[in-house]
Order: sequence, then C-alpha cells, then structure tokens
Amino acid sequence: MTRYVVVGTGVAGVAAIDTLRSRDCNAEITLVGDDPHGFYSRPGLAYYLTGEIPEKQLTIFTKEDWKPLNSKYVRGNATRLNPQKHQLEIGSAGTLTYDRLLLATGSVAVPSSIPGADMQGVVKLDDFDDARRIVSLARHARSAVVVGGGIIAVELVEGLKALGLKVHYFLRGERYWPNVLDENESRLLEHRLTEDGVIFHFQTETAEILGKNGKVAGIRTTKGETIRCEIVAMGIGVKARMELAKAAGLATERGILTNETMQTSDPDIFAAGDVSQVREALSGQSFMDTLWHPARETGRIAAFNMAGVSKTYKRKVAINVVRLAGVMTTIIGAVGSGIDDDLVSVARGSSETWQQLPNTISMQSNSDVNHLRLMIGEQSLLGAMVMGDQKLSWPLQDLISSNADITSIRHLLHPGAALGQIVMDFWSNLVK
Amino acid sequence: MGIELSLSNESKHREVMATGRVIPVQSRCVQCGICSFNCPIGIDVRRHAWMGEPIDDSHCLTCGECVWRCPRGALRFERTELFKREEA
Repeated sequence: MTRYVVVGTGVAGVAAIDTLRSRDCNAEITLVGDDPHGFYSRPGLAYYLTGEIPEKQLTIFTKEDWKPLNSKYVRGNATRLNPQKHQLEIGSAGTLTYDRLLLATGSVAVPSSIPGADMQGVVKLDDFDDARRIVSLARHARSAVVVGGGIIAVELVEGLKALGLKVHYFLRGERYWPNVLDENESRLLEHRLTEDGVIFHFQTETAEILGKNGKVAGIRTTKGETIRCEIVAMGIGVKARMELAKAAGLATERGILTNETMQTSDPDIFAAGDVSQVREALSGQSFMDTLWHPARETGRIAAFNMAGVSKTYKRKVAINVVRLAGVMTTIIGAVGSGIDDDLVSVARGSSETWQQLPNTISMQSNSDVNHLRLMIGEQSLLGAMVMGDQKLSWPLQDLISSNADITSIRHLLHPGAALGQIVMDFWSNLVK
Repeated sequence: MGIELSLSNESKHREVMATGRVIPVQSRCVQCGICSFNCPIGIDVRRHAWMGEPIDDSHCLTCGECVWRCPRGALRFERTELFKREEA
C-alpha cells in the first residue's frame, strides 16, 4: 500500500488527493495543514468582506464531499522534512512516513518592514482568519489606510469601504498597477473608486505606523503628513512558503523548482500551487502563478505522476477575471511590462506572464467604462485586457489560448477600427 | 414603454428556459460560492463547477441569477443539444 502525504489544504492539495484517490483506491492518503479552516475559497474572501456572501459560504466541501476521498487529516504545522528517511515531522502531532510527498504549502503575504507594522490593526488578506479580523476590527474603526498594489490591494480598498470605513489608498507611483494596466485603465479604476469616496494618495510612502497602547492610531508618510486611522491594510505581494523545502535541501529559487511533472529535485517529493516554480523543458524558462486554476491543475498533474501515471503540466495562457472597482476585468496573456513600485513581489491572484509585454502593437477601444486592449503579434493575439462589457472575454480567451492564426484580419486591426466587432466576427466564423 | 420592455425580457427569459442550460468553466471558477448562495431554488452550482459539469438539474429555472452574479464570468448559457444548429 503506497503512502501519500500532501502538505497544504488549499486547492492544489485538495485537487491532488482527489486525483490520488481516483487512481489508487487502496492507498493511504494523509492531508496535513495548519489552517484551522481547512479548504475554502481564498479568492472568495474578498466577497465576504464586501458582504456578498456569508462566512459559511467560503467552505467548499461538505462532509459528504470528503467521504469518497477517504483520506486522513492531520491538523498541524509541518516542521521538518527528512527526504533521506522519507519522513515529515508535524510538531506535536508526530511524524509521518511517506512513499511520495506533495508540498502544496502556498504563499503568504510579504510582511511589512515599516516601523509599527506589528501593531494590532495592521492587517493582510491571506486567509480566513485575516478576513475575520478585518471585519471585527472594522466594527470599531472609522478610517483605514491601504498600502500596496495589484488585485488584493483594491479588494482590500473595496472591502473596507463596504464595511463602512473612510478609506485612504497609498500608492508609491503615479498610478494604480502600472506594470499590468495602461494609463487609461489605471485612471478608469481610480476614477471609479474616487467616485465611491476612496481617497487616493499618489507618490506616497509610509514612514511609520503610529499607535496608542499597541493599537494602530494613524500613519505618517515620508512627506511628513499624518492621517488618523485605526486599520492599516497591507497588500504588497506574496512569497512562496518554502521554508520546509529549503531546510530539506530541495532546489529553490522564488519557489520550489519543479520539472513539468511537478517533481522537485528529490524524485519522491513533488510541489504544486503557489509554492511551485515550474521550469518549462523547451524554453528553459520558469514562471510563478498565484492563480486558483493553475494551482488546481498543478496539484492534479503532480498527483498523477506521484501515482505513476506520467503527465506533464502544459502551462496555459494566464487568465484572471476579476471585478475591480465594480468593473468586470479580464486579463489574458501578456499585457504589461516593467515593475510596480507598490509590490515587492508577485501579487496574489496574479501571474508573472502578465508583466511580459511582447513586441507588439497595442490598441484600445474606449467608452465610459468599456475598454478593450489587444496585444497583437505577427500572426496571433498575445494578450488582451477587457474591461466593462465582457462579450469579448470568452472569444479572446479562446483565440489567445489556442494561438489562433489571425493573419486574415491582421490588416484590419488598427487604431480607430471596430476592434470588438472584427474580433467577434472572426471568432464566430472560427467556431462555426 | 415599460410594458414593452418587460414583455421583451419575459420572452427572452422564456427562450432561455426552453433552449439553454448553464455551463460552468473550471478555468475561471474560484469556488467562491456566490452562485450557490444566490440560486433561488438552492442548487449547489458551485459543486457542478468543481466537477466541471453542466447544471443539468431538472429543477434549474435557468433564471440566470448565477450567471449574472458570478464575479469571475465562469458561468454561461449554452444551447441544449435539441436546439444546437447542425454543422454545415
């Protein structure tokens, strides 16, 4: 009987035990995790903050859903991994011996080094308890300051606003998310948030978080300005939780390095989800995604290989559909470039691919909230940003992920053209 | 004007009921559960999305509540087999 141990109760870990059980009905499968809430929708935390779903809705599996997986659950923090002995120590919960192990330990918010960041009232949005803490603190707070960039920072802004607080948003640069959005897109979102009462502070850096009796009382900027607030929410990026792997001597860079079968430098240890950094055999390049679907997919692929079924992870075009400032936004493939001063690492719900602006022509079609930007390569579409009206979201996902040859319409795609209609007609003909 | 509008919506709604079903797409779903929470008859749409299965529950009204509420655009209507046009 093969003994499988999966560390991490996020979607990568759960997808893995689902697959392992489907391949081997006799195996001994143990799921290890330190999150007291187990498996829930991390992206859903944003909708809990805005009040769109109650807390209990975040839990994904019922008892009935767990039953067929027939796995043992050990709640605890994996403290030491011994690849030679094939053993995993879980603090006071004891030691597990494995034949094959999956590390799906995810990522955590990068801690802030600002003086005062350890005070009560400084929050992040990593997990269930963070969201609960924010809701609880908001009951006795009037103002909040959000520091950071990417999707998570705006989700914090919107969540805190929905909880009834006056919200200040600090940005180091001159606009929001400059390495993924173009200027029009940044301004559109900033305008919408300003209309909702959010106060933007551009080119603003935090010097110190001010406190009283260990609780946040305000924030001081490097320009010397002081703002009163009871909550400071940080969204400056995430980092892979790979301490266990590092200490065990596995090869790591920004994440745990794996090949396309999700196997690490130890043949019996695999990694999946936010913590993994997959190296593509053909290009030699490696990327990290902090997205739900790639996490699920890498968990599934790892499990197949752990069970002896050879499968490789084919990295698809990175896509995320999110609502930013009330505007539905689809981000597909390569759309931006450069760095974002508001983030010290990749943001949650993001992909490094989005920051790889290829050599392309970009163009946009604007209206009040509807916005389309296409990144056009020689023969194919390489990326797209669809804001507002989402009619083109599906067709563009299809066209970009299938690397469709657009030679026949390439000459029609120029600024001022009815881009939406051209793309829609082309796609409709293709799928007919 | 108002009556015309509501009639037009009503006929559109009926057409969906007769010819369509809700399809989830796993690559967009983040299992937030907004769909299940808003389903007026309590279908666990999220579970279908996890399994990658269409909402083929005979109780589904195809009212569209889950489709419109999904913040990730992970649900859409698709014509059922009976109403799909044959390939040329």
